[in-house]
Amino acid sequence: MLETTTVKVLPMATDNAPFCPPVAADAFAIKDCALLAIATGKKATTLKELQAHLSSIDIDSIYLHVWGSLLEPQFEVREYNNHFASWARRGLHDDTLAERLAMVDPNEYADLEELRQEFLEVMAERLEEREYLHWAQATEPFEFIRSTIVVFDTAKRVEQPEELITLIPHLSTSSIFYHFIDARRRLPVSQDDFRFWLTCWGDRYAELNHHLAAIDPYFNGLTTIRHQLATAFKQYCPGNQP
Amino acid sequence: MSILEQYAQIVGDDVIDQLQQLAKPLRGKSVVHVNSTKLGGGVAEILTKLVPLMQELELNTDWQVITGDEPFFQCTKGMHNALQGNQVSLPHGLLEHYEAINRENAERLRSHLVDADFVFIHDPQPAPQLSLCPDRQGHWIWRCHIDASHPYRPVWKFLRPFIEPYEASIFSLPAFAQALPHPEYIISPSIDPLSDKNIDLPPEEVREVLRQFQIDPDRPLVVQVSRYDRFKDPVGVIRAYKMATKFHPDLQLVLAGGSADDDPEGVLVLQEVKAEANHDPDIHILMLPPDANRTINALQRAADIVMQKSTREGFGLTVTEAMWKGKPVIGGDTGGIRLQVVNYHTGFLVNTPEGAALRIRYLLNQPDKITEFGHKAQEFVRENFLLTRHLREYMTLMVSLLHGGGDRLELT
Repeated sequence: MLETTTVKVLPMATDNAPFCPPVAADAFAIKDCALLAIATGKKATTLKELQAHLSSIDIDSIYLHVWGSLLEPQFEVREYNNHFASWARRGLHDDTLAERLAMVDPNEYADLEELRQEFLEVMAERLEEREYLHWAQATEPFEFIRSTIVVFDTAKRVEQPEELITLIPHLSTSSIFYHFIDARRRLPVSQDDFRFWLTCWGDRYAELNHHLAAIDPYFNGLTTIRHQLATAFKQYCPGNQP
Repeated sequence: MSILEQYAQIVGDDVIDQLQQLAKPLRGKSVVHVNSTKLGGGVAEILTKLVPLMQELELNTDWQVITGDEPFFQCTKGMHNALQGNQVSLPHGLLEHYEAINRENAERLRSHLVDADFVFIHDPQPAPQLSLCPDRQGHWIWRCHIDASHPYRPVWKFLRPFIEPYEASIFSLPAFAQALPHPEYIISPSIDPLSDKNIDLPPEEVREVLRQFQIDPDRPLVVQVSRYDRFKDPVGVIRAYKMATKFHPDLQLVLAGGSADDDPEGVLVLQEVKAEANHDPDIHILMLPPDANRTINALQRAADIVMQKSTREGFGLTVTEAMWKGKPVIGGDTGGIRLQVVNYHTGFLVNTPEGAALRIRYLLNQPDKITEFGHKAQEFVRENFLLTRHLREYMTLMVSLLHGGGDRLELT
C-alpha cells in the first residue's frame, strides 16, 4: 500500500494567519528542504533598471536574492551577503553601492516588503549621488529569479537538546538552511528554530542560546554554519558538561 | 549493489536519504521521458542513468524515443542550431515533414503518454507531442537543454506555439530562458560519475591511452576536449600553447574532438587548426569516434590542466567532467563555464589566448595550486553537478507541480 503524504501551504509570519510554530513544544522535528530556482525573465543592466524591477518583483525573488546564495556553490568566505551587493560590485563596479547594500541586515526588518523598501532606498540614495549611474551599463546583467521551496519531514525527532550534539554534524546542509536560515522568515521574531525551541526549557540553555545567536549567518557557507552549531551544542549544552 | 547504493558511496548517505524523502509523495506516479535518441548526446547520457534511478525510488518511470527519417533529423538539427542563434532557414516543406513525423509518433506513443502523471519532453524534436495528445491527464514539462537565449526568430516563432501550452519548462541557466507564459524552472545539467566518461580508471589504462597517441606521460599536458567548432576556439588554444611553451618548452597539447566529416564548417576549422599547429610533434590533434568515452576519460585524467577556451558555450559539461577528475580548468569567460570555473579556486576564466597562456604558466609554476584547485573542483562538482542533484531538482519540481506549483510547500 502506498504511503500517503499530506501537504499544506504554510503561512508566513507576515501573513495575517495566526502563527503556528513549526516544531512541537516537546520534540524538535528535523526537517529538510529543496529549493528550486524559477526564471522571471526580468533583468537589469543599469542601476535604474534594477531599482525599477526590484520595486515590483515577486517577494520570493527578494528572498532568493538575499538568502539563496547560501545554497549556491561557494568557496571560503563570502565577500557580499546578497546578490544585489555582489552585482553592484561585479556587474556595476560601484564599490560604494556594494558596501551599502551588503550592510543591509534582513533581520532588522519585519518582513521582506520592508526589506525591499530599504534596498530601494539605498539605491535611490546612490542614484542621487552619482548621476552617471542612471545610464551606466553593467558589464553583466542582473537576472531576477524567484524560488519555490519544498519542505519535507525526515521523521527524526529530538526529545532533548543534548541529542542534537551528535545529530547536527550529520544533518544535510539544506536541513541547516531550513532550521537556521529559513526559520528567520517563518518565526515571528527573527530567530532560528534551535533557539526558538531551546526557550521552551526556560533558562537551562540560556548560555547555549547566547552562543547560537552569535553565529553570523551571512558570511559562512552552510557547511561552516553546521560546524559552528555543532561546536556550540557540544560546548554549551549543560547535559554535555562534565 | 543497487544504483542508489553505488551513488551513496560517491555522494554520501544524506544525499540519498534526501532523494528518498522527496520520492515519497511521488511513489507509484507514472513518469515518461521522451527524447529523440537512446544513444549518443548529452540527453541520452543523462536519461540512461536517471530513468533507472527514478525506478529504484519507486517512481513508475518509462523512457520513450521518437523515431524519424533523415529529413526529420535534418530539420531538428537545423532547429537545434537555430535555437542557439544560427541563421538557419528551414523550408516550409521540411517543417511540414517535422509535424507529420511527430503525428506518426503521437499515434504510437499516445497510450504511454495520455495517462502519465508526468511527461518530460526533451528538446525541440518531440515538442509537438503535447498538442497531439489532447486527452492528456498529467503534468507536461518541456526540458530545453539548449542555450535558447538568442534564437533565430523565424524558427522560434514556429516552435513557440508548440511549447507555450506546457505547464512548465526547464532551462539550464536563467540566461538561456525565453519569455514563455508558464513557469520556467532553472535546473543545471549534470554528469554521471558512474558512466564510462567519468568513472575512475586504473592508471595502466590511462598510460595505455597515452602510449597509443604517443604522448609522453612524464611531461606536462594540457587537454581540450571539444568538437572542431570556431566557438570552441581551438586555434586560440594552440596560440596559448605556443606562448606558454616559451617558458615551458616541454609542454604538450591534446585537442580531442570528433570527426568533422559530416560538418562542412568543422572541416574548415580542422584545416585551420592543422595549419596553426604547423606539424608541431607535441600538438596532438585527435579525431575520436563518438563512443570513445573511456579514451576521453583517460586523456582528461592524464592532463595537468584542462582547457575549455570557448568564446560561446552552453553549459559546458566538458568542464564539469574535467573538474570531477580533479583538474583545474582554464575556460572562456562565457555561458555556463562562469558557473563552474571560479578564479583562484577551480581554475581561471580567460578572454584571450594571452590570458590562457598566462594561466597555464601560473599553474605549471605552482604544481601545488594544480592539486589544490583540482581538489576544490572535484568537491564543487560532487556537491553541485552530479546526477543526484539533477534528480533532486526534477523531483522537487514534480512535487511542486503535483500540489499546484506554489512558492512554498510543506510535506508532512
